[in-house]
Amino acid sequence: MTKKQYAFYPGCSSQKGASAANYITSFGVICDKLDIQLNEIPDWNCCAASIGYAEGGELPRIVMGARNLALSEQHLPGQDIVSGCPACWLANREATERLQHSSSLMAEANEALKEVSLNLRSDFNTKSRHFTEVLIEDIGYAAMKEAVIKPLAGVKIAGYVGCQANRPYGIAGESFENPQYLDKMIETCGAEAVPYDQKVTCCGGALAFSEPEKAQALIQDIVGSAYDHGADMIVTPCPLCQANVEIYQSEINKKKGTKFNMPVVYYTQLMNVAYGGSIKEAGLDGQLIRAEKLEKIAGK
Amino acid sequence: MTTANENAVAKYKNNFLKEVEATVEEGHWVKMCMQCGVCAGSCPFGPHWEHSPQKIFMMIRAGKREEVLKSDSMWMCTSCYNCMVRCPRELPITHIMHGLANYAYRLGLSPKGQPNQAIAKLFWDSALKYGRVNELKFSLAMYFRDGFVQGVKNALAMQSVGLGLVKAGRLNPMEIISGHTCKDTSGIHKMIAKAREIEDRRRGLA
Repeated sequence: MTKKQYAFYPGCSSQKGASAANYITSFGVICDKLDIQLNEIPDWNCCAASIGYAEGGELPRIVMGARNLALSEQHLPGQDIVSGCPACWLANREATERLQHSSSLMAEANEALKEVSLNLRSDFNTKSRHFTEVLIEDIGYAAMKEAVIKPLAGVKIAGYVGCQANRPYGIAGESFENPQYLDKMIETCGAEAVPYDQKVTCCGGALAFSEPEKAQALIQDIVGSAYDHGADMIVTPCPLCQANVEIYQSEINKKKGTKFNMPVVYYTQLMNVAYGGSIKEAGLDGQLIRAEKLEKIAGK
Repeated sequence: MTTANENAVAKYKNNFLKEVEATVEEGHWVKMCMQCGVCAGSCPFGPHWEHSPQKIFMMIRAGKREEVLKSDSMWMCTSCYNCMVRCPRELPITHIMHGLANYAYRLGLSPKGQPNQAIAKLFWDSALKYGRVNELKFSLAMYFRDGFVQGVKNALAMQSVGLGLVKAGRLNPMEIISGHTCKDTSGIHKMIAKAREIEDRRRGLA
Protein backbone atom coordinates (compact mmCIF):
# COMPACT_ATOMS: atom_id res chain seq x y z
CA MET A 1 0.00 0.00 0.00
CA THR A 2 1.37 3.43 -0.88
CA LYS A 3 1.83 5.70 2.06
CA LYS A 4 -0.05 8.96 2.39
CA GLN A 5 2.49 11.79 2.15
CA TYR A 6 2.42 14.98 4.21
CA ALA A 7 4.76 17.92 4.75
CA PHE A 8 5.51 17.79 8.46
CA TYR A 9 5.92 20.86 10.64
CA PRO A 10 7.08 19.55 14.06
CA GLY A 11 7.27 22.85 15.95
CA CYS A 12 9.73 23.89 18.65
CA SER A 13 8.30 21.91 21.58
CA SER A 14 8.43 18.66 19.61
CA GLN A 15 12.17 18.70 18.99
CA LYS A 16 14.50 16.21 20.63
CA GLY A 17 14.93 17.04 24.31
CA ALA A 18 12.10 19.61 24.25
CA SER A 19 8.93 19.59 26.34
CA ALA A 20 6.81 17.54 23.91
CA ALA A 21 9.57 15.24 22.59
CA ASN A 22 7.60 12.20 23.77
CA TYR A 23 4.54 13.34 21.78
CA ILE A 24 6.41 13.02 18.49
CA THR A 25 7.95 9.73 19.58
CA SER A 26 4.43 8.34 19.91
CA PHE A 27 3.62 9.17 16.26
CA GLY A 28 5.98 6.43 15.00
CA VAL A 29 3.90 3.28 15.51
CA ILE A 30 0.73 5.10 14.38
CA CYS A 31 2.25 6.27 11.10
CA ASP A 32 3.60 2.75 10.42
CA LYS A 33 0.25 1.13 11.14
CA LEU A 34 -1.85 3.62 9.21
CA ASP A 35 0.55 4.11 6.26
CA ILE A 36 1.20 7.77 6.93
CA GLN A 37 4.51 9.34 5.96
CA LEU A 38 5.47 12.67 7.53
CA ASN A 39 8.22 14.50 5.62
CA GLU A 40 9.84 17.19 7.74
CA ILE A 41 9.95 20.64 6.11
CA PRO A 42 13.68 21.48 5.71
CA ASP A 43 14.96 24.26 7.98
CA TRP A 44 11.48 25.18 9.28
CA ASN A 45 11.37 28.07 11.76
CA CYS A 46 9.20 28.88 14.79
CA CYS A 47 5.57 29.55 13.80
CA ALA A 48 5.65 32.73 15.99
CA ALA A 49 2.72 31.39 18.09
CA SER A 50 -0.03 33.61 19.49
CA ILE A 51 2.22 35.02 22.19
CA GLY A 52 4.56 36.42 19.52
CA TYR A 53 2.22 39.37 19.02
CA ALA A 54 3.75 41.80 21.50
CA GLU A 55 7.16 42.18 19.92
CA GLY A 56 6.31 40.64 16.55
CA GLY A 57 3.32 42.67 15.46
CA GLU A 58 1.29 41.55 12.46
CA LEU A 59 3.53 41.34 9.39
CA PRO A 60 6.69 39.92 11.03
CA ARG A 61 4.54 37.26 12.72
CA ILE A 62 2.82 36.31 9.48
CA VAL A 63 6.14 36.35 7.61
CA MET A 64 7.52 33.76 10.07
CA GLY A 65 4.63 31.55 8.94
CA ALA A 66 5.09 32.50 5.28
CA ARG A 67 8.69 31.25 5.28
CA ASN A 68 7.51 27.82 6.46
CA LEU A 69 4.74 27.77 3.86
CA ALA A 70 7.17 28.74 1.09
CA LEU A 71 9.74 26.13 2.16
CA SER A 72 7.05 23.48 2.19
CA GLU A 73 5.87 24.49 -1.27
CA GLN A 74 9.43 24.44 -2.60
CA HIS A 75 10.58 21.11 -1.14
CA LEU A 76 7.35 19.16 -0.71
CA PRO A 77 4.97 20.53 -3.37
CA GLY A 78 1.38 19.35 -3.29
CA GLN A 79 1.59 17.94 0.24
CA ASP A 80 -0.66 19.27 3.01
CA ILE A 81 1.27 20.79 5.92
CA VAL A 82 0.66 18.80 9.10
CA SER A 83 1.51 19.73 12.67
CA GLY A 84 0.88 17.97 15.96
CA CYS A 85 0.82 21.24 17.88
CA PRO A 86 -2.43 23.23 17.75
CA ALA A 87 -0.59 26.55 18.17
CA CYS A 88 1.66 25.77 15.18
CA TRP A 89 -1.33 24.60 13.19
CA LEU A 90 -3.24 27.77 14.04
CA ALA A 91 -0.31 30.04 13.16
CA ASN A 92 0.39 28.30 9.83
CA ARG A 93 -3.28 28.21 8.91
CA GLU A 94 -3.84 31.81 9.95
CA ALA A 95 -0.83 32.95 7.91
CA THR A 96 -2.22 31.07 4.90
CA GLU A 97 -5.70 32.57 5.21
CA ARG A 98 -4.52 36.11 5.89
CA LEU A 99 -2.17 36.01 2.89
CA GLN A 100 -4.84 34.54 0.62
CA HIS A 101 -7.30 37.15 1.79
CA SER A 102 -5.18 40.25 1.18
CA SER A 103 -3.10 40.85 -1.93
CA SER A 104 -1.36 43.80 -0.26
CA LEU A 105 -0.31 41.62 2.72
CA MET A 106 0.88 38.97 0.24
CA ALA A 107 2.96 41.58 -1.61
CA GLU A 108 4.50 42.79 1.66
CA ALA A 109 5.23 39.23 2.80
CA ASN A 110 6.89 38.43 -0.52
CA GLU A 111 9.04 41.54 -0.22
CA ALA A 112 10.31 40.23 3.13
CA LEU A 113 10.66 36.67 1.77
CA LYS A 114 13.06 38.00 -0.89
CA GLU A 115 15.62 38.30 1.91
CA VAL A 116 15.65 34.49 2.16
CA SER A 117 15.25 33.96 -1.61
CA LEU A 118 11.75 32.53 -1.25
CA ASN A 119 8.43 33.46 -2.77
CA LEU A 120 4.76 32.57 -2.34
CA ARG A 121 2.61 32.40 -5.46
CA SER A 122 -0.47 34.62 -5.41
CA ASP A 123 -2.63 31.49 -5.84
CA PHE A 124 -0.86 29.68 -2.99
CA ASN A 125 -3.36 27.18 -1.68
CA THR A 126 -1.63 24.56 0.49
CA LYS A 127 -3.70 23.43 3.44
CA SER A 128 -2.34 23.55 6.99
CA ARG A 129 -3.78 20.78 9.13
CA HIS A 130 -3.56 19.30 12.59
CA PHE A 131 -2.55 15.63 12.92
CA THR A 132 -6.00 14.81 14.37
CA GLU A 133 -7.53 16.06 11.10
CA VAL A 134 -5.38 13.64 9.12
CA LEU A 135 -6.48 10.79 11.36
CA ILE A 136 -10.17 11.71 11.37
CA GLU A 137 -10.61 12.89 7.77
CA ASP A 138 -8.04 10.91 5.76
CA ILE A 139 -7.94 7.69 7.80
CA GLY A 140 -11.34 7.71 9.54
CA TYR A 141 -12.54 6.38 12.89
CA ALA A 142 -13.33 2.91 11.47
CA ALA A 143 -9.81 2.38 10.10
CA MET A 144 -8.32 3.80 13.30
CA LYS A 145 -10.31 1.20 15.23
CA GLU A 146 -9.36 -1.66 12.91
CA ALA A 147 -5.68 -1.19 13.71
CA VAL A 148 -6.25 -1.76 17.44
CA ILE A 149 -4.69 -4.98 18.74
CA LYS A 150 -4.74 -4.19 22.46
CA PRO A 151 -8.03 -2.46 23.34
CA LEU A 152 -7.61 -0.21 26.38
CA ALA A 153 -10.43 -1.95 28.23
CA GLY A 154 -11.35 -0.49 31.59
CA VAL A 155 -9.31 2.71 31.23
CA LYS A 156 -11.43 5.77 32.04
CA ILE A 157 -10.35 8.93 30.28
CA ALA A 158 -11.23 12.62 30.46
CA GLY A 159 -10.86 14.02 26.93
CA TYR A 160 -9.42 17.48 27.37
CA VAL A 161 -9.55 19.33 24.03
CA GLY A 162 -8.46 22.74 25.36
CA CYS A 163 -8.44 25.92 23.30
CA GLN A 164 -6.42 26.08 20.13
CA ALA A 165 -7.20 22.51 19.04
CA ASN A 166 -10.80 23.70 19.06
CA ARG A 167 -10.85 27.44 18.43
CA PRO A 168 -10.89 29.46 16.25
CA TYR A 169 -10.71 26.72 13.58
CA GLY A 170 -11.42 23.41 15.26
CA ILE A 171 -12.23 20.18 13.49
CA ALA A 172 -14.79 20.38 10.68
CA GLY A 173 -18.32 19.54 11.79
CA GLU A 174 -17.53 19.87 15.51
CA SER A 175 -18.99 22.46 17.87
CA PHE A 176 -16.79 24.88 19.81
CA GLU A 177 -18.65 24.29 23.06
CA ASN A 178 -18.74 20.49 23.11
CA PRO A 179 -16.55 18.88 20.46
CA GLN A 180 -16.88 15.10 20.26
CA TYR A 181 -13.85 14.03 18.23
CA LEU A 182 -11.46 13.38 21.08
CA ASP A 183 -14.01 11.24 22.93
CA LYS A 184 -14.57 9.28 19.71
CA MET A 185 -10.83 8.72 19.32
CA ILE A 186 -10.62 7.53 22.93
CA GLU A 187 -13.41 5.06 22.24
CA THR A 188 -11.80 3.74 19.05
CA CYS A 189 -8.91 2.68 21.30
CA GLY A 190 -11.33 0.67 23.44
CA ALA A 191 -11.12 3.03 26.43
CA GLU A 192 -14.04 4.78 28.10
CA ALA A 193 -14.52 8.55 27.62
CA VAL A 194 -16.04 9.86 30.85
CA PRO A 195 -18.34 12.90 30.80
CA TYR A 196 -16.11 15.90 31.40
CA ASP A 197 -17.27 19.46 31.94
CA GLN A 198 -13.84 21.10 31.59
CA LYS A 199 -13.33 19.77 28.07
CA VAL A 200 -12.71 23.17 26.44
CA THR A 201 -11.45 25.19 29.43
CA CYS A 202 -8.30 27.25 28.91
CA CYS A 203 -5.18 26.05 30.80
CA GLY A 204 -3.71 29.57 30.77
CA GLY A 205 -1.55 28.88 27.72
CA ALA A 206 1.74 30.74 27.68
CA LEU A 207 0.52 32.86 30.60
CA ALA A 208 0.85 29.85 32.93
CA PHE A 209 4.47 30.99 33.05
CA SER A 210 3.89 34.68 33.72
CA GLU A 211 0.63 34.54 35.69
CA PRO A 212 1.05 31.29 37.65
CA GLU A 213 -1.68 31.99 40.24
CA LYS A 214 -4.35 32.85 37.69
CA ALA A 215 -3.49 29.93 35.40
CA GLN A 216 -3.22 27.41 38.21
CA ALA A 217 -6.77 28.26 39.29
CA LEU A 218 -7.91 27.10 35.82
CA ILE A 219 -5.67 24.01 35.90
CA GLN A 220 -7.11 23.12 39.32
CA ASP A 221 -10.61 23.07 37.76
CA ILE A 222 -9.39 20.99 34.81
CA VAL A 223 -7.73 18.33 36.98
CA GLY A 224 -10.36 18.45 39.74
CA SER A 225 -13.17 17.77 37.30
CA ALA A 226 -11.32 14.74 35.87
CA TYR A 227 -11.21 13.31 39.41
CA ASP A 228 -14.89 14.16 39.98
CA HIS A 229 -15.84 12.13 36.93
CA GLY A 230 -13.76 9.13 37.90
CA ALA A 231 -11.10 9.48 35.21
CA ASP A 232 -7.84 7.51 35.42
CA MET A 233 -6.08 10.04 33.22
CA ILE A 234 -6.53 13.12 31.05
CA VAL A 235 -5.91 12.97 27.31
CA THR A 236 -5.08 16.02 25.19
CA PRO A 237 -4.12 16.93 21.60
CA CYS A 238 -1.96 19.92 22.66
CA PRO A 239 1.67 20.07 23.90
CA LEU A 240 1.11 23.24 25.91
CA CYS A 241 -2.07 21.89 27.57
CA GLN A 242 -0.21 18.67 28.34
CA ALA A 243 2.73 20.47 29.91
CA ASN A 244 0.68 22.98 31.90
CA VAL A 245 -1.88 20.51 33.23
CA GLU A 246 0.77 17.91 34.16
CA ILE A 247 3.64 20.07 35.42
CA TYR A 248 1.72 22.40 37.73
CA GLN A 249 -0.19 19.71 39.65
CA SER A 250 2.66 19.52 42.20
CA GLU A 251 2.58 23.32 42.60
CA ILE A 252 -1.19 23.29 43.15
CA ASN A 253 -0.78 20.50 45.71
CA LYS A 254 1.77 22.63 47.59
CA LYS A 255 -0.35 25.78 47.57
CA LYS A 256 -3.88 24.40 47.84
CA GLY A 257 -3.40 21.17 49.78
CA THR A 258 -4.84 19.01 46.99
CA LYS A 259 -3.46 15.56 46.31
CA PHE A 260 -3.44 15.68 42.52
CA ASN A 261 -1.52 12.95 40.74
CA MET A 262 -3.46 12.70 37.48
CA PRO A 263 -1.53 11.49 34.42
CA VAL A 264 -1.90 13.69 31.33
CA VAL A 265 -1.10 11.93 28.06
CA TYR A 266 -1.55 12.58 24.34
CA TYR A 267 -4.20 10.89 22.17
CA THR A 268 -1.30 9.50 20.13
CA GLN A 269 0.07 7.73 23.20
CA LEU A 270 -3.30 5.99 23.69
CA MET A 271 -3.38 4.93 20.04
CA ASN A 272 0.24 3.84 20.15
CA VAL A 273 -0.38 1.50 23.10
CA ALA A 274 -3.62 0.22 21.55
CA TYR A 275 -1.67 -0.51 18.35
CA GLY A 276 0.85 -2.61 20.29
CA GLY A 277 3.54 0.01 21.03
CA SER A 278 5.88 -0.39 23.99
CA ILE A 279 6.24 2.07 26.87
CA LYS A 280 9.24 3.61 25.09
CA GLU A 281 7.57 3.70 21.66
CA ALA A 282 4.52 5.40 23.17
CA GLY A 283 6.74 7.96 24.93
CA LEU A 284 5.21 6.98 28.27
CA ASP A 285 8.68 7.25 29.82
CA GLY A 286 8.36 11.00 29.18
CA GLN A 287 5.57 11.52 31.72
CA LEU A 288 6.22 13.39 34.97
CA ILE A 289 3.16 11.64 36.39
CA ARG A 290 3.40 8.11 35.06
CA ALA A 291 0.31 6.66 33.37
CA GLU A 292 0.45 3.32 35.14
CA LYS A 293 -2.70 1.86 33.61
CA LEU A 294 -1.34 2.44 30.11
CA GLU A 295 2.13 1.21 31.02
CA LYS A 296 0.61 -2.03 32.31
CA ILE A 297 -1.15 -2.64 28.99
CA ALA A 298 1.91 -1.59 26.97
CA GLY A 299 4.11 -3.93 29.02
CA LYS A 300 1.95 -7.01 28.37
CA MET B 1 12.76 64.69 17.32
CA THR B 2 9.17 63.77 18.02
CA THR B 3 8.21 60.34 19.28
CA ALA B 4 5.89 57.94 17.47
CA ASN B 5 3.30 58.67 20.17
CA GLU B 6 3.47 62.44 19.64
CA ASN B 7 3.22 61.92 15.88
CA ALA B 8 0.12 59.76 16.32
CA VAL B 9 -1.53 62.31 18.64
CA ALA B 10 -0.84 65.10 16.15
CA LYS B 11 -2.03 63.07 13.19
CA TYR B 12 -5.29 61.66 14.57
CA LYS B 13 -6.09 64.49 17.04
CA ASN B 14 -9.03 63.32 19.12
CA ASN B 15 -10.22 60.62 16.77
CA PHE B 16 -8.93 57.52 18.54
CA LEU B 17 -11.24 55.20 16.58
CA LYS B 18 -9.69 56.41 13.34
CA GLU B 19 -6.22 55.90 14.82
CA VAL B 20 -7.07 52.33 15.86
CA GLU B 21 -8.53 51.58 12.45
CA ALA B 22 -5.36 52.78 10.73
CA THR B 23 -2.70 51.37 13.02
CA VAL B 24 -4.01 48.37 14.97
CA GLU B 25 -4.20 44.84 13.56
CA GLU B 26 -7.84 44.17 12.57
CA GLY B 27 -8.70 47.57 14.11
CA HIS B 28 -11.22 48.30 11.36
CA TRP B 29 -13.58 45.84 13.08
CA VAL B 30 -13.90 47.85 16.31
CA LYS B 31 -16.88 49.93 15.15
CA MET B 32 -18.84 46.71 14.50
CA CYS B 33 -19.10 45.85 18.22
CA MET B 34 -22.74 45.95 19.38
CA GLN B 35 -21.91 45.88 23.11
CA CYS B 36 -23.58 42.55 23.91
CA GLY B 37 -20.89 41.56 26.44
CA VAL B 38 -20.52 37.92 25.43
CA CYS B 39 -16.73 38.43 25.11
CA ALA B 40 -16.55 39.79 28.64
CA GLY B 41 -18.39 36.76 30.01
CA SER B 42 -16.36 34.24 28.00
CA CYS B 43 -12.83 35.14 29.04
CA PRO B 44 -10.97 32.65 31.29
CA PHE B 45 -9.02 35.57 32.78
CA GLY B 46 -12.15 37.77 32.79
CA PRO B 47 -12.02 38.69 36.48
CA HIS B 48 -8.47 39.97 36.01
CA TRP B 49 -9.20 42.45 33.21
CA GLU B 50 -9.55 46.06 34.37
CA HIS B 51 -11.60 46.69 31.22
CA SER B 52 -13.27 43.83 29.31
CA PRO B 53 -12.97 43.75 25.48
CA GLN B 54 -16.57 45.03 25.29
CA LYS B 55 -15.63 48.02 27.43
CA ILE B 56 -12.39 48.61 25.52
CA PHE B 57 -14.34 48.78 22.24
CA MET B 58 -16.63 51.44 23.69
CA MET B 59 -13.71 53.33 25.23
CA ILE B 60 -12.04 53.46 21.82
CA ARG B 61 -15.15 54.99 20.31
CA ALA B 62 -15.36 57.44 23.21
CA GLY B 63 -11.78 58.57 22.53
CA LYS B 64 -10.31 57.29 25.81
CA ARG B 65 -6.89 56.95 24.22
CA GLU B 66 -4.64 57.07 27.28
CA GLU B 67 -6.90 54.87 29.40
CA VAL B 68 -6.96 52.17 26.73
CA LEU B 69 -3.32 52.19 25.69
CA LYS B 70 -1.94 52.43 29.24
CA SER B 71 -4.22 49.65 30.50
CA ASP B 72 -2.87 46.19 31.31
CA SER B 73 -6.19 44.66 30.20
CA MET B 74 -5.20 43.49 26.72
CA TRP B 75 -2.13 41.84 28.21
CA MET B 76 -4.42 39.42 30.07
CA CYS B 77 -5.37 37.62 26.85
CA THR B 78 -4.46 33.90 27.02
CA SER B 79 -5.23 33.50 23.27
CA CYS B 80 -7.98 30.97 24.00
CA TYR B 81 -10.18 32.41 21.19
CA ASN B 82 -13.37 31.90 23.22
CA CYS B 83 -14.52 35.51 22.75
CA MET B 84 -13.80 35.32 19.05
CA VAL B 85 -15.86 32.21 18.26
CA ARG B 86 -18.76 33.39 20.41
CA CYS B 87 -18.99 36.97 19.12
CA PRO B 88 -22.33 37.28 17.30
CA ARG B 89 -20.81 39.89 14.98
CA GLU B 90 -17.77 37.64 14.37
CA LEU B 91 -15.23 40.25 15.35
CA PRO B 92 -11.67 38.85 15.52
CA ILE B 93 -11.49 39.99 19.16
CA THR B 94 -8.38 38.01 20.08
CA HIS B 95 -6.42 39.59 17.25
CA ILE B 96 -7.72 43.08 18.06
CA MET B 97 -6.60 42.68 21.69
CA HIS B 98 -3.16 41.48 20.53
CA GLY B 99 -3.04 44.37 18.07
CA LEU B 100 -3.92 46.96 20.72
CA ALA B 101 -1.32 45.55 23.12
CA ASN B 102 1.31 45.62 20.38
CA TYR B 103 0.45 49.19 19.39
CA ALA B 104 0.58 50.40 23.00
CA TYR B 105 3.91 48.64 23.46
CA ARG B 106 5.40 50.11 20.31
CA LEU B 107 4.30 53.63 21.36
CA GLY B 108 5.93 53.10 24.75
CA LEU B 109 2.63 53.52 26.61
CA SER B 110 2.05 49.96 27.86
CA PRO B 111 2.60 49.32 31.58
CA LYS B 112 6.27 48.72 32.37
CA GLY B 113 7.17 45.38 33.89
CA GLN B 114 3.82 43.78 33.04
CA PRO B 115 4.66 40.04 33.30
CA ASN B 116 2.74 38.90 30.22
CA GLN B 117 4.38 41.61 28.16
CA ALA B 118 7.73 40.38 29.44
CA ILE B 119 7.04 36.77 28.47
CA ALA B 120 5.72 37.76 25.05
CA LYS B 121 8.88 39.73 24.31
CA LEU B 122 11.19 37.00 25.61
CA PHE B 123 9.38 34.41 23.51
CA TRP B 124 9.73 36.42 20.33
CA ASP B 125 13.39 37.22 21.03
CA SER B 126 14.15 33.55 21.61
CA ALA B 127 12.29 32.45 18.47
CA LEU B 128 14.05 35.02 16.36
CA LYS B 129 17.57 34.55 17.68
CA TYR B 130 17.84 30.88 16.68
CA GLY B 131 14.84 30.63 14.37
CA ARG B 132 13.35 28.25 16.94
CA VAL B 133 12.46 28.71 20.60
CA ASN B 134 15.10 27.50 23.03
CA GLU B 135 12.88 26.37 25.90
CA LEU B 136 15.66 26.28 28.50
CA LYS B 137 17.05 29.75 27.77
CA PHE B 138 13.54 31.14 27.42
CA SER B 139 12.52 29.73 30.83
CA LEU B 140 15.66 30.98 32.54
CA ALA B 141 15.29 34.44 30.97
CA MET B 142 11.74 34.53 32.33
CA TYR B 143 12.86 33.54 35.85
CA PHE B 144 15.77 35.99 35.85
CA ARG B 145 13.95 38.98 34.36
CA ASP B 146 13.74 40.72 37.75
CA GLY B 147 17.41 40.30 38.56
CA PHE B 148 19.72 37.58 39.77
CA VAL B 149 18.48 37.12 43.34
CA GLN B 150 14.82 36.80 42.34
CA GLY B 151 15.91 34.55 39.48
CA VAL B 152 17.66 32.10 41.75
CA LYS B 153 14.58 32.08 44.02
CA ASN B 154 12.26 31.43 41.05
CA ALA B 155 14.51 28.72 39.65
CA LEU B 156 14.81 26.99 43.03
CA ALA B 157 11.04 27.08 43.51
CA MET B 158 10.61 25.19 40.22
CA GLN B 159 13.70 23.00 40.70
CA SER B 160 11.88 19.71 41.22
CA VAL B 161 9.71 20.27 38.15
CA GLY B 162 12.80 21.14 36.09
CA LEU B 163 14.69 18.05 37.23
CA GLY B 164 11.62 15.92 36.55
CA LEU B 165 11.53 17.21 32.98
CA VAL B 166 15.26 16.57 32.52
CA LYS B 167 14.79 13.01 33.81
CA ALA B 168 11.81 12.50 31.46
CA GLY B 169 13.89 13.66 28.48
CA ARG B 170 11.80 16.78 27.98
CA LEU B 171 14.35 19.42 29.04
CA ASN B 172 17.94 19.25 27.86
CA PRO B 173 20.50 21.05 30.06
CA MET B 174 22.86 21.13 27.06
CA GLU B 175 20.53 23.64 25.40
CA ILE B 176 22.26 26.31 27.43
CA ILE B 177 25.33 25.98 25.20
CA SER B 178 24.09 24.34 22.02
CA GLY B 179 20.40 24.35 21.32
CA HIS B 180 18.25 23.64 18.28
CA THR B 181 18.68 26.22 15.59
CA CYS B 182 17.73 26.96 11.99
CA LYS B 183 20.48 26.83 9.38
CA ASP B 184 19.53 30.17 7.87
CA THR B 185 19.25 32.30 11.03
CA SER B 186 20.96 35.27 9.36
CA GLY B 187 18.42 35.13 6.53
CA ILE B 188 15.58 34.98 9.06
CA HIS B 189 16.97 38.04 10.85
CA LYS B 190 17.10 39.98 7.58
CA MET B 191 13.62 38.80 6.58
CA ILE B 192 12.08 39.92 9.88
CA ALA B 193 13.95 43.24 9.85
CA LYS B 194 12.49 43.87 6.41
CA ALA B 195 8.97 42.89 7.52
CA ARG B 196 9.23 45.22 10.50
CA GLU B 197 10.48 48.04 8.32
CA ILE B 198 7.53 47.64 5.92
CA GLU B 199 4.99 47.44 8.73
CA ASP B 200 6.42 50.38 10.69
CA ARG B 201 6.27 52.54 7.57
CA ARG B 202 2.63 51.58 7.00
CA ARG B 203 1.67 52.20 10.66
CA GLY B 204 3.56 55.48 11.03
CA LEU B 205 5.97 53.98 13.57
CA ALA B 206 9.13 54.39 11.46
